[in-house]
Amino acid sequence: MAQEVKAVVEEAEKKKQKKRIVIICSKGTLDMVYPPFILATTAAAMDFDVHMYFTFWGMDVLNKKKVDNLKIAAVGNPGMPMPTILGILPGMTNMATWMMKKQIKQGGFPEIKELIKTAKEGGVKFHACEPTMNVMGIKKEELIDEVDDIIGAAAYLELASEADITLFV
Amino acid sequence: MGDTKPDETLDCRGLMCPMPVLKTKQAIEKLEPGQVLEVITTDSGSKVDIPAWAKSTGNELLSMKDEEGVHKFYIRKK
Repeated sequence: MAQEVKAVVEEAEKKKQKKRIVIICSKGTLDMVYPPFILATTAAAMDFDVHMYFTFWGMDVLNKKKVDNLKIAAVGNPGMPMPTILGILPGMTNMATWMMKKQIKQGGFPEIKELIKTAKEGGVKFHACEPTMNVMGIKKEELIDEVDDIIGAAAYLELASEADITLFV
Repeated sequence: MGDTKPDETLDCRGLMCPMPVLKTKQAIEKLEPGQVLEVITTDSGSKVDIPAWAKSTGNELLSMKDEEGVHKFYIRKK
């Protein structure tokens, strides 16, 4: 019994010693989804306690129907190799998405689905934003199984208040 | 330290950040404490990333070397 208590205390101590990173993911376009996932998976590999809080369009990543169809925005994206006004032309978003996916593959980058899997294997916690679900009419059943919980601003702040790093993407 | 004989080798050639670090983490978990992992990469960012990862996780980076754009790291599991 004493052994068990000791183990629990040691586990708690270990958790306390871990650095914590909390990332708010507010966007659902490919170029804005990769950076938080790269950081989250790397932080997990570095033994951080990692939390991702998905809100607004970031919730698309947690949406069963949308996660495989994330796109890159051709309009209003100053990083595009063309005048941004051309982005309004039909097919531009799909073309930009196709180009980026090709570059991702050539660069030896994993797909978002793989990053989700790697993140979960590394113990990264996925938090869905409750107010966003209410506003956008998203149901719990529509979310991928990897979601750990559905929380609000107060719960996020509680997590973030103990964090060593917080980021808004 | 350049003569360290690795117990396991991980080939990350052609992979970019963050994959070398993620794969290194997975590979080191399969080793016993004290065993040495050799990691081979071509991503120049890994020259900074893998030492940073080792420092953060407490695994010991024994040595690293460059051979014509190929980087080799020798890491002892803590």
